Amino acid sequence: MALLEIHQLTKRFGGLLAVNEVSFQVEPGQIKAVIGPNGAGKTTLFNMISGTFPASSGTVFFKGRGLKGKKPFQVATLGMARTFQNIKMFSGMTALENVMVGRHVLSKAGFTASMFRMPWTWKEEKDIRGKSMELLALLEIEEHAHTDAQSLAFGQQRAVEFARALAVEPSLLLLDEPAAGLNMYETAEVARLITKIRDFGVTVLLVEHDMSLVMDISDEIVVLCFGEKIAEDTPASIQKNQEVIQIYLGEDRPC
Amino acid sequence: MKNLLTILPLLAVVILVHYLTSATDTMYYLTQLTMSAYYALLIIGLCVLMGYAGQISLGHAGFFAIGGYLSASLTTHNLIPYQDNALLAFLESSGMLVSGHDLYGEALLVVSPWAACLVAVSSAAVIAYFIGIPVLKLKGHYLAMATLGFGIIIYRIVLALEYFGEADGISEVPAFVLLPGLSVSGNFSDRVQNYYIAWGVLLFAMVLLLNLIDSRVGRALRGIHGSEEAADAMGVNTSRFKLQTFVLSAVFAAIAGVFLTHYNGGIGPSEAGVMKSVRYVAIVAVGGMAHLWGTLLMGVVLTFLSLRGVFGSYDDAVFGIVLILIMLFAPNGILSLNIRHRIKTIFGRGKKRREEEV
Repeated sequence: MALLEIHQLTKRFGGLLAVNEVSFQVEPGQIKAVIGPNGAGKTTLFNMISGTFPASSGTVFFKGRGLKGKKPFQVATLGMARTFQNIKMFSGMTALENVMVGRHVLSKAGFTASMFRMPWTWKEEKDIRGKSMELLALLEIEEHAHTDAQSLAFGQQRAVEFARALAVEPSLLLLDEPAAGLNMYETAEVARLITKIRDFGVTVLLVEHDMSLVMDISDEIVVLCFGEKIAEDTPASIQKNQEVIQIYLGEDRPC
Repeated sequence: MKNLLTILPLLAVVILVHYLTSATDTMYYLTQLTMSAYYALLIIGLCVLMGYAGQISLGHAGFFAIGGYLSASLTTHNLIPYQDNALLAFLESSGMLVSGHDLYGEALLVVSPWAACLVAVSSAAVIAYFIGIPVLKLKGHYLAMATLGFGIIIYRIVLALEYFGEADGISEVPAFVLLPGLSVSGNFSDRVQNYYIAWGVLLFAMVLLLNLIDSRVGRALRGIHGSEEAADAMGVNTSRFKLQTFVLSAVFAAIAGVFLTHYNGGIGPSEAGVMKSVRYVAIVAVGGMAHLWGTLLMGVVLTFLSLRGVFGSYDDAVFGIVLILIMLFAPNGILSLNIRHRIKTIFGRGKKRREEEV
């Protein structure tokens, strides 16, 4: 069974058809990429999957369960985490604290337990801290654990964001343009980290502009153009696909 | 445990202040220090809501008033005319009423301070909950406006209802006996005792809030402040956490209202006034927003000065000016102050702009 199944997903903003009946599946253990020129509807698609806003029609199945009407925090609870195109670090918190927020759904201390430091929360706190440090180590930024997250370099913030999302222990990780704003060297680093995350056992679905990143690491690619899926194949075949080449080389009639 | 230890130096200061005032024969300061502690209780609660969860409230004087007014009215209104009522008989038999005599020797039957306190605080919590559900969907200026509206409504209610004493407020509120021999009251002989009760309550609340900030809930709240969208994506039920924090801070405000009302022996409509809410917000800002210690310090110092009458009849104006100055020169609070640098940047830019115009 596919981990994520998107079925005829559509989004209309007034008269604009941002995403038009897009369907595809993500198999467990894959790195799958969604590419397309600006305004192709990639982020809109992402926001529908993660529950940021509802689809106009169509359905998303995650682990065989429909996500209709689920809010982002509920989707996260089911085991789907995401990152953002413009990194959204929690300001005023260290890198470690940022990752610790990611443990939210896997811990349960509430207001009263937290205020009175109930003995059972001690172990929970220790586990949260330990696990978060482990993830920072996995993403090779443990030396910055106690630095204010917002003062880190962009590439490092990206790594913290990955660690934070992994702290949810997701079975699916959505990455919204992970290479946005990064230089070539940092992009290569991010590519290596994404592969590492996949090898760690997390399925990855990413939206990306940067072709080198997508071609290097993806198992399969979905190409969107003006809200419609025009191709879905392996990187090698996508590179040879005439229609895709036309879009990216900007010929007269794109789709 | 760690936070319990960080509180100890402050406890030492509290004891030291007591000995200093008694040695220098200035014990009268203890009265205002007691009152400041209760205001600071409200203010640190508001600090968690504003500084950590990032939700502004210009209605917290309203919650203070709900606490103060309900406990004042319940513990002073004579229930003798309704003595035959079945509900009243039940309350009396369950020990929630106390009888006595008023100043003129008339028989008096009123709600006991403990029961009144419970009713007052839980009413504030329930009201905060139901106000919070719609209001916390708003953000920024709109949230400020909505909570301001709530504050004004409470102010008009206490001013209009005869039950709440209209413009006179409620006086002759009895002492609140916490334990035998330990009571919240304005009696001259209880002054030292009350100083320690107030500061004990404040320090205890401070430990609870320090614990809260450094916990799963605290991190979630700071996450909401940092980026609501990202917190949501991490599985934080942001609307529930905001609502719970709103209720928590309202409860702190109501407890402060109850205790201060028993200590003062009364409450008047000015406690519910909008300027009071503005003052609390100003103090949280001066304290550095997400800075419990700064807020506690500023809460105590500024309310103490205000209560001593240092600002004279310009009291409200002073807090307005404080708010403006803080926003201009120290948006991160007075403890983060680097005044010379701020002045340079503000006037430096101004100068540049003028040159460009020329």
